[in-house]
Amino acid sequence: MEKQELKGKEIKLMKGNEALAEAAIRAGLDAYFGYPITPQSEVMEYLTENIPLRRGLVLQAESEVASINMVYGAAGAGARVMTSSSSPGMSLMQEGISYIASAQLPCLLVNVMRGGPGLGTIQPSQGDYFQAVKGGGHGDYKLFTLAPSTVQEMVDFVFEGFKMAEKYRVPAMLLADGALGQMMEKVELPAEGQFPHVIPDWATTGKKEGRKQNVITSLFIQPEKMEQINLDLQAKYKAMEIEVKSESINTEDADLILVAFGLVARICMKAAELAREKGIKVGVIRPITLFPFPTEVLNTTADRVKKFLVVEMNAGQMVEDVRLSINGKADVQFYGRMGGMIPNPEEILTKLESMMK
Amino acid sequence: MKTEEIIIAGFGGQGVLSMGQMLAYSALIDNKETSWMPSYGPEMRGGTANCVVIVSDSRISSPLVSKYDTAIILNQPSMEKFEKAVKPGGSLFYEESTIIQPPMRTDINIYRISALREAERLNKKQVANMVMLGAFLEVKPIVQFESILAALKKVLPERHHHLIPINEQALLKGKEIISEYLKEPV
Repeated sequence: MEKQELKGKEIKLMKGNEALAEAAIRAGLDAYFGYPITPQSEVMEYLTENIPLRRGLVLQAESEVASINMVYGAAGAGARVMTSSSSPGMSLMQEGISYIASAQLPCLLVNVMRGGPGLGTIQPSQGDYFQAVKGGGHGDYKLFTLAPSTVQEMVDFVFEGFKMAEKYRVPAMLLADGALGQMMEKVELPAEGQFPHVIPDWATTGKKEGRKQNVITSLFIQPEKMEQINLDLQAKYKAMEIEVKSESINTEDADLILVAFGLVARICMKAAELAREKGIKVGVIRPITLFPFPTEVLNTTADRVKKFLVVEMNAGQMVEDVRLSINGKADVQFYGRMGGMIPNPEEILTKLESMMK
Repeated sequence: MKTEEIIIAGFGGQGVLSMGQMLAYSALIDNKETSWMPSYGPEMRGGTANCVVIVSDSRISSPLVSKYDTAIILNQPSMEKFEKAVKPGGSLFYEESTIIQPPMRTDINIYRISALREAERLNKKQVANMVMLGAFLEVKPIVQFESILAALKKVLPERHHHLIPINEQALLKGKEIISEYLKEPV
């Protein structure tokens, strides 16, 4: 097939799901495997429509279980590969993700979260925080987890996710929510062809004479070997700590800090603006990487600020990591909405005011 | 203009989401910051649809707000939900034939628009949304009118591009009727 010219830098108005799909193409995606589910079906739809004349394979599998195992295979062969789903679909993929983590393969996983548990609702949620950052499947493993809060970050973190996945040979997770997937914002798309990908030397590409055999497996039946694999993984997760990212807004003079990730962080920024209009000095800390978690910035901020409010679209998940980070130095409270409900700035403000009494 | 926070609400099929998209595309053309947040949930599958559009000169924090500078209302359930959500001093535009109970507030500017009647006069009732949008832009010119016309090409799928002239007429009609309306003694 004749290849189209590479696309240059562009500024566009795009839906989050479509922007992330376009970013994946521009990041040199070799293969996508997935199964449709609201609120992220536009990802595969967009890829299907836009990838053929450029490069790469898009395949709708028969299920999420099949999709993730195709990702496993493609990643083993050295492809730049991704899948995307939403909460119930992501649950189906967990076994495969554990295998990929054990086999130490890079790939990008996208979860555009919806309200659960169960089939739940198609409205936005952050109920899969634990699943994303605490493993999700069986065994001791971690995903490099990025939490976008704008459509621009839906683009940027596709690149960042592949970069980190390939640097550390781990699966990376882009943890978004339904609202981010469906909303439109201005995005700057980077030029195509700026993010080259070479097939790594560990990939199973067919043994040539003179090269040692490459084996991709997650089965290490001898406990001594399996323990060593675990030690290697843990050393890798430790090394990843230098990649931690967070954003601090107006925290210098703050008497109270809001902590939130993703879209909720932006709602908190609005709540903080409203609070400052009323004379309450509020700052916001937004974890950008959820694993590695920005423990240090939270801990040092708690040397000075004694009140924290964590806001999430769940029953209280990241708040546990905030409490561990702050380690008793400050009062950490929680405000959450569940089941697809989004907190509004005014209700966060009401909670803030009650904490300042 | 600093920031304009707008809710557009009505039944699915009235073009509520595309009105919002036109505003967002125009803002992009005008080099402003913008966000467009649709309802995509059960209410959309059950009939009503809405979107929140923010147009601003500076970075937008929350793309979701609960108080609006402007509400553009195209059905009764949305009136009941969003009349109270307009900020004091804000504006409410409503399509007169779709509303049973007109708004009662006295601390906001209320504009009754006969958008459907005007659209029917153009023999295309589907462009009632453009009459509403034209009226809104006459009162609050937050984006340039040329940008709105350019945005039509973005929002209408290519197979509907032959409908661009009728949409333009509807936008102009909206501007015209609100100008007359504003001249009327209250």
